[in-house]
Amino acid sequence: MGIWVFAEEQDGAPLEGGLELLAKARTLGEVSVFYIGTASDSSFATLGDHGASTVYHLDTGDDLPAAPAAMAFADLLTQHGGDAVLFGPGNTDRDLAGRLAARLGKPLVAGALDIDMADGITVTTEILGGMKAVTTTVVGDGPALITTRPKAFVAEAVGGGVPSLVPVTMADAGASTATITERHVEASEGPDLEAAPVVVTGGRGLGSAEGFELVNELAGLLDGAVGGTRAVVDAGWVPYSYQVGQTGKTVKPSVYIACAVSGAMQHVVGMKGSSTIIAINKDPDAPIFALSDLGIVGDVHKVVPQLI
Amino acid sequence: MNIAVCVKQIPDPAAPYELDGENHWVVRPNDQVLDDTDRVGVEVGLQLAEASGGTVTLFSMGPSGSLQGIRQALAMGADKAVLIDDDALKGSDALTTARILTAAIEREGYDLVVAGMESTDGYTGAVPQMMSEMLDVPCLSFARKVDVADDGVTIERQTATGYEVVSAQMPALLAVTAGVFEPRYPTFKGIMQAKSKPVDTATAADLGVEPHTSQVVSGVSDVAAREAGDIVEDEGEAYLKIVELLEQVKVI
Ligand SMILES: Cc1cc2nc3c(=O)[nH]c(=O)nc-3n(C[C@H](O)[C@H](O)[C@H](O)COP(=O)(O)OP(=O)(O)OC[C@H]3O[C@@H](n4cnc5c(N)ncnc54)[C@H](O)[C@@H]3O)c2cc1C
Ligand SMILES: Nc1ncnc2c1ncn2[C@@H]1O[C@H](COP(=O)(O)O)[C@@H](O)[C@H]1O
Repeated sequence: MGIWVFAEEQDGAPLEGGLELLAKARTLGEVSVFYIGTASDSSFATLGDHGASTVYHLDTGDDLPAAPAAMAFADLLTQHGGDAVLFGPGNTDRDLAGRLAARLGKPLVAGALDIDMADGITVTTEILGGMKAVTTTVVGDGPALITTRPKAFVAEAVGGGVPSLVPVTMADAGASTATITERHVEASEGPDLEAAPVVVTGGRGLGSAEGFELVNELAGLLDGAVGGTRAVVDAGWVPYSYQVGQTGKTVKPSVYIACAVSGAMQHVVGMKGSSTIIAINKDPDAPIFALSDLGIVGDVHKVVPQLI
Repeated sequence: MNIAVCVKQIPDPAAPYELDGENHWVVRPNDQVLDDTDRVGVEVGLQLAEASGGTVTLFSMGPSGSLQGIRQALAMGADKAVLIDDDALKGSDALTTARILTAAIEREGYDLVVAGMESTDGYTGAVPQMMSEMLDVPCLSFARKVDVADDGVTIERQTATGYEVVSAQMPALLAVTAGVFEPRYPTFKGIMQAKSKPVDTATAADLGVEPHTSQVVSGVSDVAAREAGDIVEDEGEAYLKIVELLEQVKVI
């Protein structure tokens, strides 16, 4: 089987998402990576260590990557063939997968949690906020393009050697070109939300940006990361990078503490994989209690200060 | 400026969704609502149209039913709608949806296409990108802020760690996320006017698109739900329960 993985460079190393895909890809077949960014030898070595045998490298510079990358990637797939192409859940992954599917006229399966290629290509996804698991079989000729859910697979270095490296020439995307003129990182304090063993999330019920301070304090005491619901992100209390859920980050910490969070379906899909869930909500019927190991029916403004 | 906004009618997310026992597709009731994601798209379209004296045309593929969701978008202020409701399209894939919308939009003419990032019921999150490739226009995705000047458009594009400023020439496609855009509520006047706004229909054959299926559902099962644990009413000391559990899992 010929498997392709899309991976991207950030801050001098491959993004974790690409390495997670490699962990799955190498169980399915021979792995080539389509890699974009200003890469270095150490990035290529990391990709090899995670199971890549060939890396095709494209630097898209200040172009928004998807349009020129789709042109280059489509040519590579036409030339070398392949059975499946795996993408992560990131912005560029999704933009590229969509453009590439249209360019090649090939199927796109979105949101895979698992992929099986023993007999055709079968993909497992979850729908309806993770209440139903669905298996889908791809029909027709490959390559099948597959985007995956966050953290569907666990990255693992397997001690592979340095992959063979093939530089790819940047194409002119013509009328599809868009240019990145500025890049901003919104500072977040404390541990990385996606990796922290403890996450404390605040919801709209905290009342105000000042009220949200309680969450920051509790997280600080537990060496945890701070998360927010979309409601508090939209209210501007915390930046988008704090958002947990379907359109934000997916977290799987040992302990997840939800403070004044209702537990909407789109929030729950991003945190239901946590080992222990604790919720504080004044509404005894709040949906979050249905998946909590410990639920406190009470006022966050009373319970959390007592904890602190 | 001609602004094309892609909107989807979906079953009310407040009611539990049902899956058809045979083909496993979501059962679509006669009364569907405008997807919240697309409410944002309509708002962006309206703001840009108001600033430029342009028009907003809605494009929607799927069972039309009572048109409730489409009327909601027209009531917000969109000028007209083009609907593609064709039994031949049932069960077709995202690529077919993109081909249909692209053909319909090209037929009407456009300067800007606006779509949502991810529909609430389908969440393929790929139809807008597919359309941009088919139209050969830039895909300004994850847009949380939009500025249109003479011949160009500039957005703030949300990223995992912050945002980027991205510029492109028109025509272009914008795929928007919530954020700064607060969708307006329809006014009473808007609701009344929506009833007489033009709603055109087209079939796949009219648009020259061959419906296509690229995947079949081979099984659906319930995901084991987490079990609720202890629910404790706070009478002043419930915090001790939290401390106890945190000690038990060795966080403190
Ligand atoms: C397409 C789409 C994508 C989305 N993606 C996401 C996503 O990625 N992440 C996300 O989080 N949401 C997402 N949402 C939004 C989601 O549907 C909910 O609206 C959101 O999660 C609600 O946030 P919340 O729980 O903070 O607010 P609310 O639902 O308003 O809940 C506030 C809770 O606080 C409780 N409360 C109030 N006061 C107190 C008090 N003093 N003490 C204790 N409890 C109190 C209330 O009982 C209530 O349960 C998405 C929605 C759509 C349509
Ligand atoms: N059937 C459809 N009719 C109209 N617009 C659609 C349709 N499907 C997807 N879209 C547009 O594409 C966006 C993303 O949808 P999806 O790719 O299904 O997650 C939506 O928010 C709509 O703007």
